[in-house]
Amino acid sequence: MDYFLTEEQVMIQELAGQIAREKIRPVRAQLDEQEEFPWEIMKICAQADLFGLYIPEEYGGLGGGILENCLAIEKIAEACIGIATSFAASGLGAYPILLFGSEALKRAYLPDIASGKRLAAFGLTESGAGSDVSGIQTTAVRDGDHFILNGAKQWITNGGEAEIYSVLAITDRSKGPRGASFFVVEKGDPGFSFGKKEKKLGIRASATRELVFQDCRIPKERLIGREGTGFIVAMKTFDKSRPGIGALGVGLSQGALDISVEYARKRMQFGKPIISFQAIQHKLADMAIKTEAARALIYAAARYMDTDPPDSSKVAAMCKVFAGDAALFAATEAVQILGGYGYMQDYPVEKMMRDAKILQIYEGTNEIQRNIIGQELNKEYSRQKESFF
Amino acid sequence: MHIVVCIKQVPDTKNVRIDPDTHTLVRQGVESIINPFDLFAVEAGLQLKDKLGAAVTAVTMGPPQAGDALRDTLSLGVDDAVLLSDRAFAGSDTWATATTLSAAIRKIGDVDMVICGKQAVDGDTAQVGPEMAALLDFPYATFVKSMEKLDERHFKVTRQTDEGVEVWKLPLPMLITVIKEMGEPRVPSLRHKMRAKKAEIPVWGAADLGLDPNSVGLCGSFTQVVRVFSPPRRTNRIQLSGTVQEQAEQLYRHLKQVKVPGI
Repeated sequence: MDYFLTEEQVMIQELAGQIAREKIRPVRAQLDEQEEFPWEIMKICAQADLFGLYIPEEYGGLGGGILENCLAIEKIAEACIGIATSFAASGLGAYPILLFGSEALKRAYLPDIASGKRLAAFGLTESGAGSDVSGIQTTAVRDGDHFILNGAKQWITNGGEAEIYSVLAITDRSKGPRGASFFVVEKGDPGFSFGKKEKKLGIRASATRELVFQDCRIPKERLIGREGTGFIVAMKTFDKSRPGIGALGVGLSQGALDISVEYARKRMQFGKPIISFQAIQHKLADMAIKTEAARALIYAAARYMDTDPPDSSKVAAMCKVFAGDAALFAATEAVQILGGYGYMQDYPVEKMMRDAKILQIYEGTNEIQRNIIGQELNKEYSRQKESFF
Repeated sequence: MHIVVCIKQVPDTKNVRIDPDTHTLVRQGVESIINPFDLFAVEAGLQLKDKLGAAVTAVTMGPPQAGDALRDTLSLGVDDAVLLSDRAFAGSDTWATATTLSAAIRKIGDVDMVICGKQAVDGDTAQVGPEMAALLDFPYATFVKSMEKLDERHFKVTRQTDEGVEVWKLPLPMLITVIKEMGEPRVPSLRHKMRAKKAEIPVWGAADLGLDPNSVGLCGSFTQVVRVFSPPRRTNRIQLSGTVQEQAEQLYRHLKQVKVPGI
């Protein structure tokens, strides 16, 4: 379908697609099996200017928005969402600085993130705080010109590989939701270390580690925005990043569909290619419907979100839920269509199925996304004067 | 430092078909690509750009649509491109091609190094590079797999030959033809791609190069293709097997059977 993209947006698709085809497809199985961080691919993405798509030109980026970033993420994800997650997570780490950082912080970090010279990461989740962000235990205490951080962040994507971390910590517990703040922590800061690399069901090329802060001392200028705005920074960041998670889902669905149709056209049973059977056709049709619907939603939402609308959270949540569910559906059907071959590691769809599951879990579970949508609906309709009966 | 990379547009090697009647390549409907070996030449030039801040210019001789190939090199980071296109260039053999390309290099003027792919996958002659070096009076090395700057005027180049590896020291200006060990061609960058889309590529004809139309194209070619044919398939091959002694005996019996003189 033609989404009436600009010439530049088409170029982004072509370039990211070329990287996916030529550089990622040949290595994805190996990176998955060896749980190896895709540094080579990250360097290629950097050299191709893909890390700076959503960053303004004055900070070394290309001045695009969420849509441009989603287009690149989708294409990379067609080949491997483990790699695409590593790529996208740098953006997640950058958004707090981009949206709320001081001019000095933006100048210090965004050009390196835009050029891909340094990767970023986002540190929010803790062992006791995932869906319920208010359970955060990591603290940051002011000490003269410094903040001192203590605590641990769990399951941080790009942990250990990234050099720039946006980290949420409690600055004043007595203030409740207004008592948390975001900070930039750099790899190498005193008292900042990493836990072991996690072993995962899928997206095994991506690195997931614990961030450990033991009297980690950072300059007070590393505070992002004002003290106490941490939860707002987190929510606004997710509004920007969740369409990107949707784009991961669209890419994975498309990748699964491509392989399934190609296989179904070649695979002969009962003397015919299996695509001639309705059972297979209906599966492929459902995969195609969900993939295209997810893509249409993500593109429309990304364009809309680039205008900074008031109802971002609901729309962002819809993107993440719909595309994530579509991806797991498409990957599961792909395995079914390929049958025994689909279940074998020699073929890429079992990996897609393992990978797809994360899309319903990270960056806010799909249950939490539905909560957000439900709460936003409740708010919206509370303002309605008119009855629909 | 100024580097010129010479490239050639060739039919996509993945779908080459030969017309059974004329024995020539079927070019209709076949996509053109940059000669794969020339992409290593572009990569070699760009590596010197990254390392030494060299300026890289890509040059090709061909029909107007060869401008697309030049645009692709601009997407990879090449600074400038020049298209050599003129009806007078049609039908060039390797010598006439080298004449035209070297005239362009003289016109560009301040060239320190010319890099070519080791050969083009359509003609497979590997002659244009060395012929250009002769015409320009540049020292040259073929089948180069790596190079390193020694000082302001010298490079160390490593050649891969069938017999082994040779390391040469060459003075600038020089010409090299490169092989794939030079480095995997990079992907384009978005900024370069955008610039390439808008770039105006100058087109130089025989007159711009100060070339007599009789010295280029078909007229300037020393060789002419008289006939093109597909070599007959050799079907009378025999694969020997067994121990060395058994194989030797089989070979002896066979040579005797076909009455090879002296056996």
